[in-house]
Amino acid sequence: MTAYSGYDWKQPEWATGALILANGKIFWAKGAGSEGIAVGEVCFNTSMTGYQEIITDPSYAGQIITFTFPHIGNVGANPEDYESTTPSTRGCIFRSPITKPANWRSTSSLDLWLKNRSLVAVSDVDTRQLTNEIRTGGTQTGVIVHQSQKPIDVDELLQTAQSWPGLVGMDLAKEVTCKNTYVWNSDEASTEKYCEQLPPIKHHIVAVDYGAKQNILRCFANLGCRITVLPASATSAEIFSHTPDGVFLSNGPGDPASTGIYAVPMIKEVISSGLPVFGICLGHQMMALALGAKTEKMHHGHHGANHPVKNIVTGRVEITSQNHGFVVASESLPTDLMVTHRSLFDNSLEGLRLKDKPVFSVQYHPESSPGPHDSRYLFELFLEMIDSKE
Amino acid sequence: MPRRNDINTIMIVGAGPIVIGQACEFDYSGTQAIKALREENYRIVLVNSNPATIMTDPTMADRTYIEPITPEIVEKILELERPEAILPTMGGQTALNTCLSLERTGVLERLNVEMIGAKAKVIDKAEDRLQFREAMSEIGLESPSSLLIKDIADAEQGLKKVGLPAIIRPSFTLAGTGGGIAYNREEYFEIVKGGLAASPASEVLVEESVLGWKEYEMEVVRDYKDNCIIICSIENIDPMGVHTGDSVTVAPALTLTDKEYQLMRSASIACLRKIGVDTGGSNVQFAINPKNGRMVVIEMNPRVSRSSALASKATGFPIAKIAAKLAVGYTLDELDNDITGVTPASFEPTLDYVVTKIPRFTFEKFPGTEASLTTSMKSVGEVMAIGRTFSESLQKAMRSLETGLTGLNEIEIPGAFNKENKTLYEPDVLRAALGRPSPDRLLIIAQARRLGMSLSEIERVTRYDKWFLEQIDNIVQTENQVIANGLPNSYDELISLKKMGFSDARLAELSKVSEKSITELRRSLSLNPVYKRVDTCAAEFSSQTPYLYSTYEGNYSNPGECESKPNNNKKIIILGGGPNRIGQGIEFDYCCVHAAFSLSEAGYETIMINCNPETVSTDYDTSDRLYFEPLSGEDVIEICKLEETRGELLGVILQLGGQTPLNLAKALEAQNIPILGTSSESIDLSEDRKKFQKLLQKLNFLQPENGIAASKEEAISVAEDLSYPILIRPSYVLGGRAMEIVHDIESLEKYISEAVNVSGESPVLLDSFLQEATEVDVDMLCDKEGDIYIAGIMEHIEEAGIHSGDSACALPPFSLSDAILDKIQKQASELARALKVVGLMNIQFAIKSDEVYFIEANPRASRTVPFVAKATGVPIAKIAARLMTGELLSEFKLGEGFLKTAPKQNHIAVKEAVFPFTRFPGVDTILGPEMKSTGEVMGLDVDFGHAFAKSQIAGGNHVPVTGNVFISVKNGDKDQTTELARRLLEMNFNILATRGTADYLTKHGIKVMTINKVLEGRPHVVDAMTNNEIDLVINTTEGSQSISDSYSLRRTALTQGIPYYTTIAGARAALMVIESLNRRGLDVAPLQSYFNN
Repeated sequence: MTAYSGYDWKQPEWATGALILANGKIFWAKGAGSEGIAVGEVCFNTSMTGYQEIITDPSYAGQIITFTFPHIGNVGANPEDYESTTPSTRGCIFRSPITKPANWRSTSSLDLWLKNRSLVAVSDVDTRQLTNEIRTGGTQTGVIVHQSQKPIDVDELLQTAQSWPGLVGMDLAKEVTCKNTYVWNSDEASTEKYCEQLPPIKHHIVAVDYGAKQNILRCFANLGCRITVLPASATSAEIFSHTPDGVFLSNGPGDPASTGIYAVPMIKEVISSGLPVFGICLGHQMMALALGAKTEKMHHGHHGANHPVKNIVTGRVEITSQNHGFVVASESLPTDLMVTHRSLFDNSLEGLRLKDKPVFSVQYHPESSPGPHDSRYLFELFLEMIDSKE
Repeated sequence: MPRRNDINTIMIVGAGPIVIGQACEFDYSGTQAIKALREENYRIVLVNSNPATIMTDPTMADRTYIEPITPEIVEKILELERPEAILPTMGGQTALNTCLSLERTGVLERLNVEMIGAKAKVIDKAEDRLQFREAMSEIGLESPSSLLIKDIADAEQGLKKVGLPAIIRPSFTLAGTGGGIAYNREEYFEIVKGGLAASPASEVLVEESVLGWKEYEMEVVRDYKDNCIIICSIENIDPMGVHTGDSVTVAPALTLTDKEYQLMRSASIACLRKIGVDTGGSNVQFAINPKNGRMVVIEMNPRVSRSSALASKATGFPIAKIAAKLAVGYTLDELDNDITGVTPASFEPTLDYVVTKIPRFTFEKFPGTEASLTTSMKSVGEVMAIGRTFSESLQKAMRSLETGLTGLNEIEIPGAFNKENKTLYEPDVLRAALGRPSPDRLLIIAQARRLGMSLSEIERVTRYDKWFLEQIDNIVQTENQVIANGLPNSYDELISLKKMGFSDARLAELSKVSEKSITELRRSLSLNPVYKRVDTCAAEFSSQTPYLYSTYEGNYSNPGECESKPNNNKKIIILGGGPNRIGQGIEFDYCCVHAAFSLSEAGYETIMINCNPETVSTDYDTSDRLYFEPLSGEDVIEICKLEETRGELLGVILQLGGQTPLNLAKALEAQNIPILGTSSESIDLSEDRKKFQKLLQKLNFLQPENGIAASKEEAISVAEDLSYPILIRPSYVLGGRAMEIVHDIESLEKYISEAVNVSGESPVLLDSFLQEATEVDVDMLCDKEGDIYIAGIMEHIEEAGIHSGDSACALPPFSLSDAILDKIQKQASELARALKVVGLMNIQFAIKSDEVYFIEANPRASRTVPFVAKATGVPIAKIAARLMTGELLSEFKLGEGFLKTAPKQNHIAVKEAVFPFTRFPGVDTILGPEMKSTGEVMGLDVDFGHAFAKSQIAGGNHVPVTGNVFISVKNGDKDQTTELARRLLEMNFNILATRGTADYLTKHGIKVMTINKVLEGRPHVVDAMTNNEIDLVINTTEGSQSISDSYSLRRTALTQGIPYYTTIAGARAALMVIESLNRRGLDVAPLQSYFNN
């Protein structure tokens, strides 16, 4: 095992942290957040806002997030901008030390917030260089370490990185899903509109939680839905027992093929029952699997809030929020599946719809958070499907 | 949908002369639009009166009308060209208002011309404050509470509704002209009155103050299929109350959560939809209450703007180009993102760096006005800097300003120290300085920290967001460490300072060593900046476009990654002109851009360095490679060193960017970086007074008698030797800064004690002033073998003594004899050969009694280069660049220069200056040797009278063809006035004059009405002017007393829009205009038609 040429294994005096990639590259860094070690797939996110939402997005389970925007921490942390109560990301990589917060909603500095959640982070890394690496070399495993009291053992950490199995074949949804069925408390609904009154309840949605972002549930609640959230392991019988008007398959982390082992049979049964189904991200991928398509790992994934997606039906372009490392393979589609959305960045598949049933899904995040609100119409579309079925 | 095929010809309306609030950003946007639409094979007709622009190059549009941008003139062009469409959104407020007027008068309908990009209805809705507010409230967006006032009688009611302080915004004016903030009743009524007068619609909006709120701007682009994207968010560091053009701003917004940002994003898109902007770029401004996040909409501009130029440069997304394509039918997803080459234009740029913009002011040029910032814009230019962090970009921007700053330098706050105890500060004095919006606020904040004021106190007084204050504080604390501990010498410690943006020069000041030793330390450690790309996507895609900025990255163990990747080519670096200022503006950008074009044609790789976001030179496709960097020695040298590592760097071109790059000549030479064109030795020879004088004597040329003085006493004795009047100035000047004509010993003493610091290191220069001499400008080309082309000889209309940049001038000359022209040509050529000029040189002569005197010679491009190029049809800046690479003049087949070509010219061109006086209340409008104009226009016609008339109209001076003329002249001018008065009477003018002038004229048999001077009691001449009873003013004065007596006269003429002439020569030219216009009206002709035979 040797160091990558040009990379120095000797720890500089100031370094209280490091990023070590499985390929032997070392970035010396300053530690931030909690002290400790984190291992995961190193990915990047290009959003300029919404770090708190990104860090709490359960889809980042198993991943270490490189923030391409250099100043992180500017708006601190607040009790509203959560996408899950417990962050699932493994850790964060920043360009600059976390700045002090300045925002009227902030109740804590990001640094303290990370510490309180035992999240390891490092700063003072050339994140643009790292992003270039990931773009050209693909996502790879890495270890971040924040350790101020004793020297950092590079050999050991490199071994840790190299022995981590990677996300392919990982069922991470089971780690981040809710333990028990619960009814979403609409008191926690939208912080986006600053306490707008919720409409009266008209629909009942069952959401299967593979690592659902809270804002998906808020979006439903804002449209007059009662939401019952079921764990990832839910069977079709359990779903039917709640007599929902529609079934929602949430986003989540990991390999759709692995989670699909138990989720796909359920999804098949729900679809054949004729209930309206809507899937996002992992939910979209597993729905595609259930309908006979295939998924594959992407080179370096889509992670950002500026991705243009074209709605093929309307011709309109939406700027979307994206976070996925797997994708539905276009050439694998059965004939009854219709492509409704495509990425204008790489033409990858972004949305599907079953021709003869009220079943559709998107790869991106219409609930955004963070990200533009261009695609919120999909929630309304789902409810319209329910209405027209009734 | 691809391009519209029902359109063949499109007219683009430019923005006219550079004025405050409408600068060269509209050359940038217009040029992009022309290129984009010609790419689509449309025939483009352009109208713009500004000759200094790239867009008015004869090769840009198919038909270029350098004509006044008025509805009447544009109508004539429309009739000649019959375009199917007119694009009003590229030329600022001037173009919008002109097109709106053509719509209202039915001209567009009559000629079947469609407005594309923005419809009249939309412009109205966005610009009319009441309609706009109503529209916003219909979509649930709040505005500050307000009332529209059409009459001063309603002002009281408005005050009741909004309270004090109140914001006053006149409708349909540019950059807040006539608006302001009122803190008391008296101010309120005064500003409302002024605003009503300034508004073409006679209406003002009085508005609830949101002073101190956070201010944001969103740049939005929409296509006809309703696809909307946000190009950039901009956050003003200066809170509400300072015009956004005068505010220090950052991009992207740095203090918003995603929830707040997305609310603003959705609101700006909703705003475009509601107002109905179908295609193109717009900006929407918001204010946010920092206490609770309440968001209000302030305004929107349904066109490209200064901030869209900034957003384009900040993100790499070419808003104007895309907006032009959307206007002819494309949708965003059909267009490409040039920067990545692999993604479409329908996306939102994401940044992985911070951009800081700082405006550049010139209050020192306008004594009598307070250096305070309000909602009416006052800055004349701006710089932008890119860094990986805010502090890096801030400090880069500070040194880009070229105001002598090397970073966040110390500033003296008068009275801030306690008189007894120098370690204490005076909190009230400091609070007053911090509380007043001024150009130096960032420096004052840093200084307040140095003096020990707490951050929270500073936050309370300035209402700056704490995040920015913390960053400034961080810089100050780091500086303190360097002051206390000296400069660190380890790689990692030093790079952590450089990462914060500290320049070598600033570190040198702090650690009290020389800048050179710091540079050497860096070199010994191999500690260099790296260059990152502006790629619109934060490295998510690889970028094809070398649009680069410097930053310090990484550490000793992990050196930062450099993405510059110099090419293995023959390359030439062109240094731009930096921020626009009075004396150095768009003309120099024109020259730099031409050099890039022409060197590229000749097969060289061109590399541009500049920091001005408004320009064409900083467009990523003007040169092969663009470094958006400060023009400081350190920053430029680092780029040269890097580019030298591959290929062959032939050299750096300094002579096209004004004085800025010339000042770097010695620093570059010390690093053995080759300079193309005239050598630094020759530059020095022309700039060093003593050496230059010796050279002239050797050549046997005349110069006004002159001397140098290093003290007041010396100055007095030199002045006595030379005899008064004396032209006096500091030894180093640009744009005639602090230059004055003194008539007696008292004013000499006053000048020395008030205007300058005289010492051995900075002496003053004294010239015997040639009274009533004719001033002449010569622009010429010279190749390495001494072959010369006299490109143009321009005769000034005002006599010598008025700064050449402020004086109108004509090409070819209208009154000089062939013998004089011959002499000028010979002497200019001899001097150029003696100075071994390679490239361009400009010489100013004064002609008196058939003698030719050298005033000054500048071996660089001058302000008049674009004017000469357009008037003669010879692209002299392009040729100059090639001469610098060693090509010979003979290869360009130019003929024998001015004397041979001028008589054959079937036209005459007049350049007129445009002034910013309306922006500076209380400033005297009298002209002198200190330059005050911000821009210029060109009038082109077959005779002098009509050309001059066009220049006057284009400059906003509407010369009356009949009416009442007021004349008051100094004694020396009286006999010349008789003839003028006689001619005026012949043209049915009534003459009014003050007693002295009236008596004189009556004695000479001229019918005159006497009118009181202001001092003689009412009703006086200013009353008559205010009552619109005067149509033309001719007023010449001398001596400080009579100048100050007639001040109110000039100021009233300005505010009432009455044309006024302060020299007899100017008045004589005005008469020629009137006579010409009485003979025949104005015709229009494209620039191309003047050179087609």
